[in-house]
Amino acid sequence: MGDTLENINPKLYKKINEREITAEDEDEDIIDEFDTREIFDLIRNINDPEHPLTLEELNVVEQSLIEVIYYILIDNEANKVCVKFTPTIPHCSMATLIGLSIRVQLLRVLPPRFKVSVEITPGTHMSEAAVNKQLADKERVAAALENNHLLEVINQCIGIKC
Amino acid sequence: MYIVEMGTLELKQTLNGHRGRVWNVCWHPNGTCLASCGEDKTIIIWGQQDPKWVVKTILTEGHTRTIREIAWSPSGNYIASASFDSTTAVWDNKSGQFECNATLEGHENEVKSVSWSCSGQLLATCSRDKSVWIWEVNDDEYECAAVINAHTQDVKKVRWHPNEEVVASASYDNTVKMFKEDPGDNDWSCIATLSSHTSTVWSLAWNKEGNQIATCSDDQTVKIWQEYKPDNEPGIVTPNNESVWKCVCTITGYHTRTIYDIDWCKTTGLLVTACGDDIIRIFKEDSDSDPHQPSFTMVCSMDTAHTQDVNCVQWHPTIPGQLASASDDGSVKIWFYNE
Repeated sequence: MGDTLENINPKLYKKINEREITAEDEDEDIIDEFDTREIFDLIRNINDPEHPLTLEELNVVEQSLIEVIYYILIDNEANKVCVKFTPTIPHCSMATLIGLSIRVQLLRVLPPRFKVSVEITPGTHMSEAAVNKQLADKERVAAALENNHLLEVINQCIGIKC
Repeated sequence: MYIVEMGTLELKQTLNGHRGRVWNVCWHPNGTCLASCGEDKTIIIWGQQDPKWVVKTILTEGHTRTIREIAWSPSGNYIASASFDSTTAVWDNKSGQFECNATLEGHENEVKSVSWSCSGQLLATCSRDKSVWIWEVNDDEYECAAVINAHTQDVKKVRWHPNEEVVASASYDNTVKMFKEDPGDNDWSCIATLSSHTSTVWSLAWNKEGNQIATCSDDQTVKIWQEYKPDNEPGIVTPNNESVWKCVCTITGYHTRTIYDIDWCKTTGLLVTACGDDIIRIFKEDSDSDPHQPSFTMVCSMDTAHTQDVNCVQWHPTIPGQLASASDDGSVKIWFYNE
């Protein structure tokens, strides 16, 4: 069981189908490890900070708003989850907030054994290094989450639309 | 052939008392008790009731947000606590129990670290606001003596020299800087900038003599820096008659994630690191190490020392080999290193 690298590139301009549940999934005796589809399902419905659309759906609106989940790398043995997302305009001011929302969602729902990293797809943002550094700094993330206003915005992003 | 003698790290006790992440632990200078703090906004003072460590006191209501770091004064009579609420509190037990009798305000946002000078007469704090503040202590009054804006980013750690009034600070701007007071105009100025790390410097530790420091970083390396005083033997040029600090060793290839803390034992000379890969590692200087190009060997690596990131490690001040650690997993652990 090595690294699973999967390109979930939602350039499909509509939502992907619901996950099919197999007989194996329902068998309690089989250990189900996290797979990339599960991680994708946890974050695909995160809302854009400004628009009532999900990160997945934003593929269909105007270019300037697009944030796509570029890939998800998951290694159950090493307890690592890495998500790379792509702001398709290189100066998207919401990149940090979107990355933070992805990180917070995964921190909340995944078992604490996982080390989560959320980064911008290499070469897709002008402040890529600065945004990545901030998202990786758990002290700053912790401080940000104690800011009630910011927390409210993040919760709104994460809250699944009715 | 060089054979590495590996030691063992023996878990003495796991201390559970905090709710949520524990950011920091600090031994009382005489080693009789241990303070810890974290996101639950409390400080727990642990004491030994042979053979176990137990909760002696829980300090609450000093801060409204996460307590990032605590520091005992050299006398052991005060505890300073740095908080995300942008204040630093000073606690004393004059009344028989610890009370918060001073709150130092001024930083614009989260205070990340606090440190007492060796005399106990100066206190340094640093913040995400990029500044380092020096406070003078006079009869329980704390006066700001300097606001130093030398870093260009969030300042993560401040640590005083073990026996001089020189303070070092580590920053998100990847550098470590050192400051001291100019006796001419009483201004605190930067006397050295240590550049070599390629990402955030999370922590630093002075050696016993104060002529070397060890730094640890998000770049997954530890670096050892050596002071070269004016007229030093190897002939390192020292402009303005100030010491020059040079990186003389980089310990690389061991840590697999961010190194959040480092401590240099004043009795054994051993280095210990706290890492985001949940491992506590111990390094020892090689016996045949060249002082101008020292080499260190890892003598212990404790896998899953905690079940989540290790945030802090600190050697016991008097018992060689004993150390305490704090983690995101909510626990504090007491360890003993056997060579």
